[in-house]
Amino acid sequence: MSAVTAEHEHDEHHDHGPEKGLLRWIITTNHKDIGTLYLLFALAMFFVGGAMALVIRAELFEPGMQFVSPQFFNSMTTMHALVMVFGAVMPAFVGFANWQIPLMIGAPDMALPRMNNMSFWMLVGGILLLASTLFMEGGAPASGWTLYPPLVLQTGAALPFAIFAVHMLGISSIMGAINIIATIFNMRAPKMTLMKMPLFVWTWLITAFLLIAIMPVFAGAVTMLLTDRFFDTSFFNAAGGGDPVLYQHIFWFFGHPEVYVMILPTFGVASTIIPVFARKPLFGYSSMVYATAAIAFLSFIVWAHHMFTVGMPIAGELYFMYATMLIAIPTGVKIFNWTATMWQGSMTFETPMLFSIAFVVLFTLGGFTGLMMALAPVDFQYHDTYFIVAHFHYTLVPASVFILMAGGYFWLPKWTGNMYDEKLAKFHFWLSAISVNILFFPQHFLGLAGMPRRIPDYAVQFADWNMVSSIGAFIFGFSQLLFLYIVIKTIKGGTGEKVSDEVWEDAHKHGLEWTLPSPVPYHTFATPPEKIPTEHF
Amino acid sequence: MKTKQLFASLLLMAYGLGTAQADYTLNLMEGVTSISKDVYGLHMLVLWVCVFIGIVVFGAMFYSIYFHRKSRGYQASNFHESTKVEILWTIIPTVILILLAIPATKVMLEMDDVQDSEMTIKVTGWQWKWEYEYLDSGIRFFSSLDEASNKARQLNSGIDPRTVPNYLLDVDKPLVVPINTKIRFLFTAADVIHSWWVPDLGWKKDTIPGFINEAWTSVEKAGTYRGQCTELCGKDHGFMPIVVIAMEKADYAAWVAEQKSAAVEAASAAEKDWTQEDLIAQGEKVYANNCASCHMADGAGIAGTFPAVSNSPVVLGDMNAQVELMLNGKGMMPAFGQMLDPVDFAAVATFIRNGLGNAVGDSIQPAAIKSLQAAIPEVVYDDDDE
Repeated sequence: MSAVTAEHEHDEHHDHGPEKGLLRWIITTNHKDIGTLYLLFALAMFFVGGAMALVIRAELFEPGMQFVSPQFFNSMTTMHALVMVFGAVMPAFVGFANWQIPLMIGAPDMALPRMNNMSFWMLVGGILLLASTLFMEGGAPASGWTLYPPLVLQTGAALPFAIFAVHMLGISSIMGAINIIATIFNMRAPKMTLMKMPLFVWTWLITAFLLIAIMPVFAGAVTMLLTDRFFDTSFFNAAGGGDPVLYQHIFWFFGHPEVYVMILPTFGVASTIIPVFARKPLFGYSSMVYATAAIAFLSFIVWAHHMFTVGMPIAGELYFMYATMLIAIPTGVKIFNWTATMWQGSMTFETPMLFSIAFVVLFTLGGFTGLMMALAPVDFQYHDTYFIVAHFHYTLVPASVFILMAGGYFWLPKWTGNMYDEKLAKFHFWLSAISVNILFFPQHFLGLAGMPRRIPDYAVQFADWNMVSSIGAFIFGFSQLLFLYIVIKTIKGGTGEKVSDEVWEDAHKHGLEWTLPSPVPYHTFATPPEKIPTEHF
Repeated sequence: MKTKQLFASLLLMAYGLGTAQADYTLNLMEGVTSISKDVYGLHMLVLWVCVFIGIVVFGAMFYSIYFHRKSRGYQASNFHESTKVEILWTIIPTVILILLAIPATKVMLEMDDVQDSEMTIKVTGWQWKWEYEYLDSGIRFFSSLDEASNKARQLNSGIDPRTVPNYLLDVDKPLVVPINTKIRFLFTAADVIHSWWVPDLGWKKDTIPGFINEAWTSVEKAGTYRGQCTELCGKDHGFMPIVVIAMEKADYAAWVAEQKSAAVEAASAAEKDWTQEDLIAQGEKVYANNCASCHMADGAGIAGTFPAVSNSPVVLGDMNAQVELMLNGKGMMPAFGQMLDPVDFAAVATFIRNGLGNAVGDSIQPAAIKSLQAAIPEVVYDDDDE
């Protein structure tokens, strides 16, 4: 009886659109609105974190101290990393997840829409709290994003605020992850079995489990910092019987899976885009799924390769070296599979494809340096130099960030119903792809030649490549304003050309989202789709 | 077209910069120890393996990008699975990894073996200087950034770093070691974690408060080798270089003798009575090298972070309270009790009361400091479980 009434009421409200005005964005529970919020917030933070990077590169343009004090420089390196990781890259992928997962699995919305809204606003709160530390007595945290004690305990008034910011970001991430898992497990269209899900959905499912496993660990670590500082505990204080290295073990148990949180969804988007423009199904779908799971598993058992120089027993050094080298195998499988997907395809090179190919190539370079650093004895030279700075920026900027750009260009026409300016977008691609290499490639040389990371000034033999790197940084940074312009222009109507439902030629074979009208209506899949694309089999 | 021009001009610029000042390097240095040479060999091996794999993978990819494109009318095939190929490209990388792991394990074991060392040097990291203690001969001293670099590295100093010899890579007192001697290093830290790295020796090691790490080296060639702290340790992390001078054994013995007689001299200097003028003159130098980086050269400090020395209630107040604070440190202020010898300590304590705009008028003698320092308990270390 009551069930019937509920259904009836539901029908009456079926076609309601979004709230009017600003309130729509504050109280929204619609996955598309929340996805948009996440993406716009991430884009804004990308520019904030980018501005901090430009402060760093401006100071490093020439030897000598020209613009900032060493303490502020350290705050910039710390905040740049925290903002980019927690404010830009992670939220951007959550934005993609919000938009795309329901569309890809044929669900009407996320499983827990109210929590979805809450997790977004917790993120905003956390990042604002973190940013507020810049204006506090003693300045923002300046101990690197790893927040190693005892150094981090020398932070001024900012320390508890930074720690609470981490707690809020952690809660936000966990809620987001729970939501994604609940959606994928419960709301797939009837024929959408697990092994038929698009790879983007698979990589996010695995990423969400990583997040639930690691965020509490990080929260625990920073809480111990809090009690060490304010409640006289000695978790990390050797004088009180504690162990400063314990923090590093806990941090990297979180930190290594954390970097995979940023790269696994990247793999997912690349695996979605490349087949569409190669006009071929993804090569080795099931091996891609297994490789993703293998990488996620390995991420939990390799953490101490970030700590080869802390003085571990020889057995520890060797174990973490071997385990780390193993990551090359599933990662290699992925790269080979993408190459095989392109092989004998009928490729076209629209902007999303260009960014995806650049991702495969440049991420592979980052993978090579990763393999080099896996060898513990050689890492005794590479560790904490610009070589590692080059390494992880290759796996983050021309990898995660490029794929975020690729995904933006790929789905924006679907979301808005407007086509972006292809000519301008290609210009943005080439500018980014070239300048990102001018920016980061010379850092390999700097590291090998002996320049430590996180230093505000350097010996004069490092001057030339630092100048080249800074020039690259400024070109790369300002090129991204072009991206902002293209996105705004597309939202406002784009080229004026009306895009078809499938947007890209034969895209409907590759994903459910391309079977919907463009722009995507505010409510989709109120009834689950009957057929699902079978292209990847 | 525009991007190509831009790229070309950048390349030219990079090339021009390179030829104008050709003292940069692109690759890891081979170094001057057997370990550093092994590490270099391993680095080159894995680099060439990566280059080879890169050529194969990128070769296939770019072949495909060039030939398998729609604009050339290429028809897409529909293959999307091959267990055979998947197994092949799982096994080949595995074999390559095993071939890399074998030499890496050998070098790792060799690096770890500190047995049969002929001498031991204890290295302690401080914010922001290094302390070296020769456990066999009792020589002990601090090593910090040299004065010329320190002046040039101040914000807007107006000094071109290019005119400073070995800018940021020179110290006031280098570490001296004999060549062809197996030297064991013990590493610890007094405040936060630092890391001791001289690229020519082939490794770095973290120095961690409360723990002792070990490493060893045997330098094959006499010379001067430079390095830096590589673990972020606070604001002056970039300004605590390491200089190692490796000498022939005979020269090293002469150096040891010289250090021992200098230590005797310093001890007697601490016993004699100093005039206030001499203390202030000496103290000004000590202040510049040890205090100015936080409290600033004029004693004004940095509001909110580093308190001013000029007109400070601590400095203008009781001498004993001021000395106590300097001995034991507080918050970010390091404990200078073990860092400065009695003469330097008394000199700087006197200087700040009678300089930088302060005029208290009193002074303290090195002998008084010496007895206070003797009362500081020795730091007890947990041994690492290696």
